[in-house]
Order: sequence, then structure tokens, then C-alpha cells
Amino acid sequence: MFGALVIVFREVIEAGLIIGIVLAATRGISGRGHWVAAGVLLGTLGAGIVALFAEAIANAFEGSGQELLNASVLGAAVVMLMWHTVWMTALVVVVGLAVLREGSEVVLFLYGILAGGASGSSLFVGGTLGLAVGAAFTALTYYGLVSIPARHIFAVTTVLIALLAAGMAAQAVQYLDAAGIINVLSRQLWDSSPWLPQDGIIGRMLHTLIGYTDRPTELQLIAYLATLTAMAALTWLAAPTRARRAPA
Amino acid sequence: MRGFALAIVLAALGMPGAGALAQEFNLVIRNHKFEPQEIRVPAGKRVSIYVTNEDPTPEEFESTALKVEKVIPAKSKGLVRIGPLAPGRYEFIGDFHADTAKGVVIAE
Repeated sequence: MFGALVIVFREVIEAGLIIGIVLAATRGISGRGHWVAAGVLLGTLGAGIVALFAEAIANAFEGSGQELLNASVLGAAVVMLMWHTVWMTALVVVVGLAVLREGSEVVLFLYGILAGGASGSSLFVGGTLGLAVGAAFTALTYYGLVSIPARHIFAVTTVLIALLAAGMAAQAVQYLDAAGIINVLSRQLWDSSPWLPQDGIIGRMLHTLIGYTDRPTELQLIAYLATLTAMAALTWLAAPTRARRAPA
Repeated sequence: MRGFALAIVLAALGMPGAGALAQEFNLVIRNHKFEPQEIRVPAGKRVSIYVTNEDPTPEEFESTALKVEKVIPAKSKGLVRIGPLAPGRYEFIGDFHADTAKGVVIAE
């Protein structure tokens, strides 16, 4: 039961941080609750499908199917985060993709312990508790963000979304490297794992939030900085339209 | 699905040919443990590790040190590409059974 709780909680907070930021960024837009809920629902459905076809996906493209799928999902999320500067609904897709990515792992893991002979009820209790604690954490992220004074909140969510996109881009290029598609600039730049390990709780959250990586490659840093620059440019370009819409 | 469409586009742009050049190693997951638990690989080179999961449950080969996160479904084989690595020890775990599934890659 405890194993199920921990792993479900871990994946839920990763998706939950993203959902919390999206909810805060879309505050004041009517009907956004329904859209975000739709994103979560579709992502959950997608996670089930990915888990169901895990073997076929893994075997596709000379054994690189999973890496390519991950890179594509992350790449699509980065594009949507860029697009959201002009079209807010793109954030719904980001929510769906985040749930799909983290959710498919949860489904596979839970299926694994069920197949391994664990009782269904203890699994259910653990999973539900993990989901509940993760959801509470998501709510905490959201309320933490919306407690920021109104004149600053837009700036804060803009910066958070830019960092989120940069982190996803850095992850995506690493998946392309693992798939054997990009084989350049794979030298490791530094190792900060002794001070802030990426697999610790703080490291994990920073990894999701700002793309913290304890042993980044040259290509990851380039992708990160390029995405940040692109996000800054897009936000600047979209600024006049947004200023007109702001009074809502 | 958008993801799959993109994967196909990416694949069309150039499929990996580098795999053929990489040195190959094998790893088996049995009873939620890796066998062998230690692999010695050449430093500074790309290496392919074929992970065969003999268990009836899925496993996730995970290592932040190696920058790998890969699900190996039940009763199947997965390819993990790593490197080039600086000489040193790189730990990995089976994330779904982290208490028993542990191993280390030693680059030298």
C-alpha cells in the first residue's frame, strides 16, 4: 500500500505543479475550470492507452519508440506553452500532456503490483491516498500562486511558464539523445548531485518546475536557454494584445 | 494523436544509425533484481544496454546519473542507450521495485 501511495503521489505532484500554474495563469477566464478538467480527463484516458500499448510503443522505431513518444509529448507541450502567449486554450493541451506522461507511469506501476499478487484493495487505498495528497498539493500550489498580489501574478506565472517550457525542452532533447537521434553536444557540463540530488524530493520538484538537472549536457543547456529566449521574445511580442485584455 | 504524428515526423527526419556502432551489453531483470548488478563499460563511448525483463510485471529502468528513464514492459526487452560517460560509477534502479532492483554501471 505504501509503495502505491508514494509513487502515485510523486507522479501526481509532478502533473499537479503544472496544473496549479495553469489554473493560476488562467484565473479570471470564464469556463477555464471545465477546460482544465477536460484536459485532465483526456490526459488520463491517453495515459491508459499509452500504458496499454507500452510494449508496442517500446518496440517501435528500433526500440526507441518510448523515447520518441516522450520527446514528442514534451516537444508538443513546449510548443503549446509558446502558443499560449496568444491563445490561452493551448494551456489545456499542456495539462493533458502532463497528465498523460505522468499518468501512464502510474497505470503501469499499479498494474505491475496488481499482477505481482498485491491485493486490489490495499492498492486502491494506497493509490487513492497518493492521489488525494497529490491533489491537496496541487491546490496548495494554486492557492499559493493566487495569493500573490494581482498586479504581480501575471509576471510570476509568465516567468514560471517560461521556466517550465525551458525545462521540458531540455528533457525533450535528452530523450532524442537516448533515442540515438541526436548524438552531438552530449558532454556533461557539471554535477551538482552531491548538493542537490535530482531524485530527492526538492530536486524532483525543481526538475518539474524549472527543469533542474543535476548533470546537464551541453545540448540540454542550449535547449534550455534557447527556449527561455524564445518565451521572452513571444511574451514581449504578445504584450500589447494582452494589456488590452487585462482588465478582466 | 499528436505525439505519435510527431514521432513519425521525427523518425522521417533521420532514424538512428548510430546504434550499430555502439558496444552492446545485456542485463536481465529476474525476481525484481538486475543480473548482473554491475556492468563495466568503456568510458567516452556510446553504449547500448539491452535490458530483458523476465518478470511478469513491468519495470522502469531509471538513473538520473545516466539520464535514463525507460519502462521495460513485462516479459520483454528494451534498449537503453547511454554515454559517452566520464570514468566513474553510475547507479541505476528499477523504479517500480526500488528496494530490490539496484545496479551500477562502471565506466573505465
